Amino acid sequence: MPLIEDLEPRARDGRAPDVFSHGDWVPMRCYGDAEEVDFVIVGTGAGGGTLAGKLAEAGFSVVAMDAGPFWRPLEDFASDERHQDKLYWLEDRLSEGDDPIALGSNNSGCAVGGSTVHYQMVALRFRPEWFRSRSLLGYGHDWPVDWRRMWQCYDEVEEALKIAGPVRYPWGPKRGRYPYREHELNASAHVLARACEAMGVDWAACPNATVSAPHGKSPPCVYRGFCKIGCATNAKQSTLNTFVPRALAAGAEIRDLATVTRIETGRDGRAAGVLYHRDGEWRRQKARNVVVAGYSIETPRLLLNSASPAHPGGLANSSGLVGKNLMVHANHAVWGRFEEEIRWYKGPPSLAVCEHWNYADDHKDFFGGYAFMSQGPLPADFATTVADAEGIFGMELRQRMADYNHMAGLKIVGETMPQERNRVELADETDPLGVPRARVTYSMCDNDRALSDHSVRFMREAMAGAGGQQLFTSEGTAHLMGGCRMGFTPEDSVVDGDGRSWDVPNLWVCDGSLFPTGGGVNPSMTIMALAVHIADRIKTLAARGEV
Amino acid sequence: MTDRFDPPYPGYDILAKWDSVSFDDTTRRVYADRLKDVPERAFFSETEWRTLNAVCDRLIPQPDRPDPIPIAPWIDRALAENRTNGTRYTTMPQMREAWRTGLAAIEAEAQERHETAFSDLTAERQDALLRDVSNGDAEGPHWNGMPPHRFFRSVMLNEVVRIYYAHPAALSEIGFGGPAAPRGYVRLGADRMDPWEAPSDRRRR
Repeated sequence: MPLIEDLEPRARDGRAPDVFSHGDWVPMRCYGDAEEVDFVIVGTGAGGGTLAGKLAEAGFSVVAMDAGPFWRPLEDFASDERHQDKLYWLEDRLSEGDDPIALGSNNSGCAVGGSTVHYQMVALRFRPEWFRSRSLLGYGHDWPVDWRRMWQCYDEVEEALKIAGPVRYPWGPKRGRYPYREHELNASAHVLARACEAMGVDWAACPNATVSAPHGKSPPCVYRGFCKIGCATNAKQSTLNTFVPRALAAGAEIRDLATVTRIETGRDGRAAGVLYHRDGEWRRQKARNVVVAGYSIETPRLLLNSASPAHPGGLANSSGLVGKNLMVHANHAVWGRFEEEIRWYKGPPSLAVCEHWNYADDHKDFFGGYAFMSQGPLPADFATTVADAEGIFGMELRQRMADYNHMAGLKIVGETMPQERNRVELADETDPLGVPRARVTYSMCDNDRALSDHSVRFMREAMAGAGGQQLFTSEGTAHLMGGCRMGFTPEDSVVDGDGRSWDVPNLWVCDGSLFPTGGGVNPSMTIMALAVHIADRIKTLAARGEV
Repeated sequence: MTDRFDPPYPGYDILAKWDSVSFDDTTRRVYADRLKDVPERAFFSETEWRTLNAVCDRLIPQPDRPDPIPIAPWIDRALAENRTNGTRYTTMPQMREAWRTGLAAIEAEAQERHETAFSDLTAERQDALLRDVSNGDAEGPHWNGMPPHRFFRSVMLNEVVRIYYAHPAALSEIGFGGPAAPRGYVRLGADRMDPWEAPSDRRRR
């Protein structure tokens, strides 16, 4: 696999990679560093990539930068786990706390398209009550965005990605049909169905962000199963092959391998542009507005590293909440062996879902909820899970892996509580560009443990009911949320309900760090829906002369 | 546990699909590099190299293979290139130092317990020592404060396992479908398989 420092930027000189081709290009409008663009966006993942497309289509001048490379999936993505490590943020970050979290391949992308290039494509909406979890459910914080508004934004995102889902979804308010029909269930999904039926709870085909029929230049999914480490056919809908091409077509410039290290502010206290490093040079891009969309670690890190005499504690940090309330999802799983061959390597990894414990409020000894999905880990991924969870090695491990084709599993995405002590800070040590490394501190609370324990008990019983033998449990975390919470007042949050900084009016945040609570579903659809919401608000505010 | 491996899919080889539409050029290039371009030792010292190879032989024994899958050379290569994985637990030193410290500590444990180099111990003694490291039951000044179990599970075993199961021979042995672009799969149900997948598990026939 290539080293990132050996790669050269591709998007430059009036053209960008055509992600639907081998080696071809699409035209790209380019801006000078001294040209003051309407928006410079830092990051092109679920938040930044979506926002870049929406703002460019609204007629704003946009430059979006990403620290990672601009891949063409058809020629750059191999059917190989080790090679595809190139999709992740591999520069060291420091991890500590009572339950220090794994970063890198666990939750952090580094490419144009960000983590959507390697997400598992599970396309779920938040439960409506979660947007008012403090008022209605008694924990966490309310969101400054109404669920009905979010529902409109989810509609738009699902349509943009042609989400493939069931005709009837058993949980939540009545909704329209998914844009594309659900995928055929694989054997692994049928295990989840049996498990749920044994427990008397609903299950459903899992809405997935890989197309079940052609969409533009994306062919239907061929069930190759390497989805999570980069789809080599473009069936998977990431921002790399949806909103980023839309942004380019609408006149945005994308700068790959461009690492923003500082947001610069003028004497008036407003953001003036960004300092960034690309192709061995330090450069400055001027902008009327700066949007930070680097996800829950890099966004706080950039704001904290942009401290100045006017903003001594970091930019947009008068509340002291930048980097605080970092959240993950509990990711516990129960695995079992089946007599029949499941061959879970075929198809998207999570083709069936149960959201029962996201919507049931009775008989729970914890706040929050969890969903669980059927699983299809690739061999090395699963082998490390077995080795770590069971503490085995040697021939015993090889022999356990001989049952790979007989295995199935259920794994949760479980809500953890926002806690101020879980945080991102700047370490004393610096990275090769001289920027302080991120120091990430994470500790589970009693509620998080109660939720995980509940899920493990439930899934063990369910797996046994489905006929699973030799059950074992693995623990872990997935996803990142929070760190720059949106809220109602400058004291309780970093940004307002439009993603706009309370302190610096032309500075915005648009990514998963906005989340006041984590919810019990994969975050990408909610991040993209927030980006749609923020883009609409920017249009409205700009029309009133307030941007 | 004996060192015998009971193969569920004898004779199945994902490389037999090399010229088919289950392979694309990108994957062929990656596989060719892995099969033909096994790196020379560049990072570890000779002593470390001897310990490392002995450790790899116990973490993933391959007595059934006339041509064992190379593991140590790829660990060495990644460290020579100063690769990291994006997570450094604050109880751990940087990746290169973690490996150097860990291997030296394993060697020191062997000397302390048996006055013998780790690579010269019997397999039983090697396994017992490694199991103690894995369970955190090994400590002492030679670990330099690094938690032995964290090194063993999060760094060493993790990397060895990832390298082994990145090799086509290991993927064939477990009946994995192998590379699957652009063709993918058609038959997704239990006990159903495409003609280009491994035939059913021998143990069930």
